[in-house]
Formats: sequence, C-alpha cells, structure tokens
Amino acid sequence: MTTITTELPASRNYLNHQHTVASWLLSKDHKRIGILYLITVTLAFFIGGLFAAGIRIELTTPQGDFVAADTYNRLFTMHGIMMVFFVLIPAVPAILGNFVLPLQIGAKDVAFPKLNLLSWYVFVIGMIFTLGAMITGGVDTGWTFYTPYSSVYSSSNVFMTGIGVFITGFSSILTGLNFMVTIHRMRAPGMTWFRLPLLVWALYSTSLVQVLATPVIAITVLMMALERALGFGIFDPRLGGDPVLFQHLFWFYSHPAVYIMILPPMGVISEVIACFSRKNVFGYSFVAFSSLAIAVFGFLVWAHHLFVAGISPYSAMVFSFLSFAVAIPSAVKTFNWTATLYKGAIWIKTPMVFVFGFLGLFLVGGLTGLFLASLGLDVHVHDTYFVVAHFHYIMVGGAIMGFFAGLHYWWPKMTGRMYSDSLGKLSGLLIFVGFNLTFFPQFVLGYLGMPRRYHVYPDEFQVLNVLSSAGASVLAVGYLLPVFYFLFSLKYGARAGDNPWGATGLEWKTQSPPLPENFPVTPIVNEGAYEYSKREMKVA
Amino acid sequence: MSGHVAPKSLYYSIFGALMVLTAVTVGVAFINLGALNFPVAISIAVLKATLVILFFMHAKYSSRLTKLVIGGAFFFLFLLLTLTLTDYMSRGWHTSPRGTTTAGQLQRTDAPNGGVAPVGGHVEPPSPVQEGQVEGH
Amino acid sequence: MPNGHSIAAHAGDLGHGHDPGHGHDAHAHAHHPALQHHFETLGQQHEASTLGMWIFLVTEVMFFGGLFAAYSLYRIWYPVAWAEGSLELDIMLGGINTIVLIGSSVTMAMAVRSAQTGYRKATINWLLVTMALGLTFLVIKFFEYKHKWDLNHIPGANFQFEGPHAPHVEIFLSLYFAMTGLHALHMLIGFGILSTIAWMAYKNRFSPEWYTPVEMAGLYWHFVDIVWIFLFPLLYLVDRAHHFA
Repeated sequence: MTTITTELPASRNYLNHQHTVASWLLSKDHKRIGILYLITVTLAFFIGGLFAAGIRIELTTPQGDFVAADTYNRLFTMHGIMMVFFVLIPAVPAILGNFVLPLQIGAKDVAFPKLNLLSWYVFVIGMIFTLGAMITGGVDTGWTFYTPYSSVYSSSNVFMTGIGVFITGFSSILTGLNFMVTIHRMRAPGMTWFRLPLLVWALYSTSLVQVLATPVIAITVLMMALERALGFGIFDPRLGGDPVLFQHLFWFYSHPAVYIMILPPMGVISEVIACFSRKNVFGYSFVAFSSLAIAVFGFLVWAHHLFVAGISPYSAMVFSFLSFAVAIPSAVKTFNWTATLYKGAIWIKTPMVFVFGFLGLFLVGGLTGLFLASLGLDVHVHDTYFVVAHFHYIMVGGAIMGFFAGLHYWWPKMTGRMYSDSLGKLSGLLIFVGFNLTFFPQFVLGYLGMPRRYHVYPDEFQVLNVLSSAGASVLAVGYLLPVFYFLFSLKYGARAGDNPWGATGLEWKTQSPPLPENFPVTPIVNEGAYEYSKREMKVA
Repeated sequence: MSGHVAPKSLYYSIFGALMVLTAVTVGVAFINLGALNFPVAISIAVLKATLVILFFMHAKYSSRLTKLVIGGAFFFLFLLLTLTLTDYMSRGWHTSPRGTTTAGQLQRTDAPNGGVAPVGGHVEPPSPVQEGQVEGH
Repeated sequence: MPNGHSIAAHAGDLGHGHDPGHGHDAHAHAHHPALQHHFETLGQQHEASTLGMWIFLVTEVMFFGGLFAAYSLYRIWYPVAWAEGSLELDIMLGGINTIVLIGSSVTMAMAVRSAQTGYRKATINWLLVTMALGLTFLVIKFFEYKHKWDLNHIPGANFQFEGPHAPHVEIFLSLYFAMTGLHALHMLIGFGILSTIAWMAYKNRFSPEWYTPVEMAGLYWHFVDIVWIFLFPLLYLVDRAHHFA
C-alpha cells in the first residue's frame, strides 16, 4: 500500500459533514449523487453478471441441459437489458461524470442539482420496474424488442420491461441536459473551451447524444407498449404495419447509444494517459473535436443493424460508407493516445493498467466493427457470435475498462483513501486475461457460423465454447476483487492527499475528499489542461 | 435581469398572421392540388411554427447558442425522417425481375404490372394478407 | 460563462478573472431570495435555466419526432386509408381547437410580458385566461374522443371500420390517438405548471428582476402549441379535396 502524504485526515468534507440517511437520499450534492449511482450501477452490474453466468454455464455443453430454450431466451435478454440500460449507459457519466465534472470546471455543483437527484430517482424507479418484470417471469424478446414478437406474440413481461426502460431513459436525458448546461454556463473564470480537460469534451459530446437520441427510443418503446397493451396497430404486419420501421426507430437511438457508452470512457483514458505519461495529450484539439465528430457521425450509421432486414441496397451502401467514416475519429483518438505515450515518462499504477487494457481491446473491437460495416461480410456474420464478440470487445474491453481506469484514478479523490495498488493491478490483469479468453474464441465461433441467441449448438463448437466459459470464470474473479479492496480501503486504506498522482486538473487542487461546496474559493484558470511539463512534483 | 420587452402590438400582429395562415391552410386543403397538398400544408405549418418560435418564444432576441440549439433540434429530426424514408423510397430501384433482395421479391408479388418497379421509388407495400418482411438469414 | 446579462453592479467578477474570489462572494450573499447558491449571479442562473429549457424542448421535438416518422412512412404507403381516416375527423372542432390554442399562446406571451414589466395582477389574469383556453381545448378533445369511442373507431379489439382499407385506417387512427393523446398529456402537464406559476405570481414571487419561471412555462406552452400547429394539418387536412378518397 502506498503511503502518500503526511496530511491529517480532512476535517470537513462532503462525506462527513452530514450523516443521516436522509442527508444522502435527499442530497443535491453532485458528489453524493455520484456515489448513489455507483451503488445502484454496481448492483445492476452483478445482476447482469449473474445472467451472463447462466448463459455461459448453458453454453459449456452443446445440448440444452442447463435451462430450457425459453429460459435461455430470458437469460440473454435480461443480461442485455441490465448491462445496456443500467450499467453501460450510466456508468461513466452518472458516476464519474457527476462526481468529477463540476470539480474539473471549477464549479460548485451542476447547473440543476435537484434535477440531478431526480435523475437518480428516475433511474432507481426504472430499475425497480425492470427487475420486477424480471422476477415475475422475465422477458424473452432480446434486448432489442423486435416487433411483432414483442408487441403481439411474446407471452413474457414485455410491457412492464418496456415501461422500465422508458422510465430509465429519462434519467439519461436529464443527466445529459444537466451536463450540457453546466459546461456551457458554469465554467470558472479563465476556463475557456480549449483549456477544458478532455473528459469534459467527452461528457459534452455524450450529453448531445443522450439528449437527441434517447427520446426516440422512448417513443418507440411507448408505441410498442401501446401496441401490446391496447392493440394499437403501428408495427403489426397483419394490419399492414412494418416491423422494419420499429428497427429503424429502435436503432436510431441504440446505435448512438453505443457512443454514449464509449465516449466518456475515452475521455477517462485521455485523463489517465496524460497523468501516467507525465505529458500533454498529443493533438488536444483533434481529440476534442473527434469527440464531437463521433457524437454527430454516430447518428448517421444506425441502419447497419438492418443490413439483412430487407432495407434497400442503396440505403445499405450509404450506411455502410458512413459506418466506415465513423471509425475515423475513433482512430484519430487512438493515434493521439499512442503519440501521447511516445517519449512520455510512463509509470504504471492500476489506472494505467486499465488504460493499456483499453487500448488493446478497443483496437480489436473497433477494427472488427469495420468487418461488420462491410456489407458482404456482414451478411455472413450477422446474428453470429462474431457480432457478440465485437460489441463485447468495445463495451467490456473498452467501456468497462475505461470505467475501471477512471474509478481507480478518482477513488482517492472520492474517498480520500488509497486502495491496494498490487491488488488493483492483479484485478486488471485477471480482467484482461479473462476477457480475452472469454471473447476471442467467439470471433472464431461466429466466423465458423455459430448463431447467437441459441442455447444449443453443433458439437464441433464445444471446445471454443468451453474456453469462453472458462474465461468468464476468470473474468468474474477479476470483477469481484475490486469490491473487496475498495471496501477495505474505506476503513483501512492510507489517507490520500489532495493529489496522490501528481496530476493536473482543478479536481486535484482541492482536498480529498472534497468540501461539500468543492472549492473554498472559486478558482481562476490560466493554463491549459495538461501542463505536465511545468510539474516538478514526483509521487512516491 | 432584463430581457427584451416586446410591444403588445407585436404579439397581436403575430396572432393575426397566425389566424390568417390557419384560414389559408384550411382553405387550400379543399382545393385539389394532388401531390402538392401535403407540401403546401407542411410549409404553412412550418411558417406558423417559425413565427411562434421567433416572436412568442423570443428566439429572435436570444443568444446565438439558443438559435443553434433550435436549429439542432430540427436538423436531427430531419435526419431521422430523411434517412429512414430514403430507405423505403429506394427499395425496388433497378431490381432485376427475379429480385436480388427480399424487398424486391415482396414488391414483385404485389405490383399490378408483373413485377417491374415504377421509376421514382414509389413502392406498393404488401397487403395484410401477404407475409411480413422476411428476417435475414 | 454569463455574457453581458449580469447585473451591472457585479463589475469585475466572472469573465474578467482578476478578482480571486473575494468581494463578489460577500456581495452574493446580500442576494435575491431566488438566487441558488451554486450560481454566482441571477444573470447566470437565468441563462442556465433558459438553456436548460430549450434543450428540454429539443428532447421533446425528438420524442414527437418518432411518431412523425411512423406517420410519414404510412402516409406514403397508404394514401387512401389516410384520406379515409382523416375525413372521419371533425374539421370544425379541429379548427376551433387550433384557434383556441394559438390564442392561448398569445395570452401566455402577454402573461410573460406582464411579469417582465412587473404587473402582478395582469400576470395572474393572463395566466388564468391561458389556462381557460387550454381547458377549452381539452374539453373539445374529450368530445372528439368520445365520438370516436361511440363509433368504435378506437383501435384495438373493438375496432370497426367500413371498406377494404380498414386495417390501414386502424394504423392511421392508432397514430391519431398516439399523437393527439401524447399532445393532450403534455397540455395537462402544462396546465399543472401554469397553476403553479399562477400561484407563485399570486404570492408575489415575481418581479422584473426575476420572472424566470413564467418565461420557462411560456416556452413550454408555446412548444405544445407548435406541436398542434403540425398535428392539425397532418391529421385533419389530409385529403379534404377528395383526391384519394
């Protein structure tokens, strides 16, 4: 365990100035709200993980011997719903973003603190509805809710789940709105746009997507729910409705949604990589603009999920081209991060382990996305495990790794404590190894033709499936470990000072944990975000 | 805090303009302009909405950022509508008689003149009795 | 960053960067009761509220947008059914509702103006008139819906319609109820918001220095009006010239 400073424990901070349950549940402090989200998202993560365990256990054998087909359908559906809506979408923005954003821009709080608290409650209520639907029988439509199965034929709890997802969407919308106004209107004196940390650019871009895309899935799920509950005809082919219309509207949100999931972790990577290379991020403005570009371009590619659904080949060609184009800003970021490392003074602590993991895994995930953007190849691998592997590389290898990098980076700031760096690194290693073992075989399986969403498969696929399930066990250990060392650190961890990493950024210029009002005096900014060359301070 | 205070006469004139435009839109609806009825009605609606946004919502006197936000809303709505509809409109273009996609095949069973797609992209959809879209393999 | 709308008395604070925090903090606490503590000035707070409300309206545009997308597709596919369905709607009631709602937008704008110029009674009165007009709209809508119910034109299990295009007309009517129903729900919420604002005005909370809630309520109400400005021709005026049916 690293001992950092000889400072006395922080006297008054946002954690200890009020102790009652009410002071937490009615808190308008963005830092406390971030912690509340941390608790609920972690819960959602482990629930989603349990469903994943069910899937991987079933898939160890080619036969359907662990669960019935119907149950298996529920397992993968509910795994997807929990992970997408209750983990990946909120993770970095609602937890780390809520905590760090006002600190990074030198503000006392977000623009609308009461709305921020409401966002959390909306999230919790949506989660209760969704879990309620899961406990009372579950949903079996796939997280994609394709009609008419979802709206007409399925006998599972589609309506209740739809309502849960609908409600939760508003949490995302309100958070995005809050962040946009905060960034526009509450920056400290001297904090010009181009002095902002790159995480702020990433959160702003994410907020754009949250605000513009989420309402569309809200109305789409509502239409599906109306069709199911009241017999309204909108997607019902028996009335002349078009199921592909549902897919268009669904993916208009759900594709940009993946950018909601990846942009904030990319912002985290920029922060951590600068600190642990002791260097300014190479091409700051390119990285900043690429966040905006990803947000906007992300709206132009959704029909690549419909390539084999019967859309016109001309439309498909346009969307294919645009899907290649959207990779460019992501590539720009990857090049710039690599260039940041070059000739940097690299030192490796846990956050940096997760950054390296991100770089490798996001690269694989991103490149395989190009395979899928290619029309001819997509016809072959659509609805196979190739797709499953691709998006897990991005979402788990990318987004979750990025989230963990951020959690390990800002934990000392959030709690005033250091966790065990050795255990952190071990966790990172286990996650990296476990992840690759779980998902790399799935690329091969998919290419060989194993379809997704089936609980049985031909015998010749068993070896790869067993490797994948074994990997999942390693992954599970890797994810459980932080629960223990983080909780341990709360009571027994060494006290962190203001700036245990010697990092730039306004959040590190104030105490750990921060004051309720963040800064004793409004900071004035007169330098760029990553002036590491001016830093003399080295950390033990 | 001082916002721009508009004279009452401005609000009354805009109201008058909106009433006139409402009458026009109703009147024109009864005139047979064929395919033009729809664009005309939408254009009048857009004009009415613009007046409300500029004057009742004070967008004319607001910051550039506000104007950008308003423009952004309509831009993304436009994206949603156009990119979705262009898919449907371009189905069946230049499809060979046997059809190379499922979209082409569906159109073929339905079209009155034996499967040749009309140029211009108007696609007759399947009647309810026909099958729905075939999900890709 | 606040740009120019700050009260002139707060010279030397945000945007100029020379004053490292003292002075304006002391000033800020001799502050307007409506100033929330995480904001430096009322001007900054007002700008934040305004931007926030506009962004919220953007989300509403996209929310209704999904319905417009569905509407557009099916209107292209089923022009006859769209004509038949639209002709079933009462153009007189729709037209009256349009006039009523646009009228309520004017009265709302007048209410904001009264708050802006410090006329408390006028603010309350204009708000009440706006609410009355809104209520009129909803009552007319109720009668329209009831008529549809009586004719078994509500989509679903009991739907009945003459002619070969009935299934497609059911889609039209599904969208009609979804769009006007969602709109009516927004009006109900607006009604609640206006009552709150009227109450606050009654309690003398507003002044030319701070009337932000009235202005925000106005923005919301105008948005609801704009949605109807589109719904009216899209639903009621599809084929009054009998081109298709």
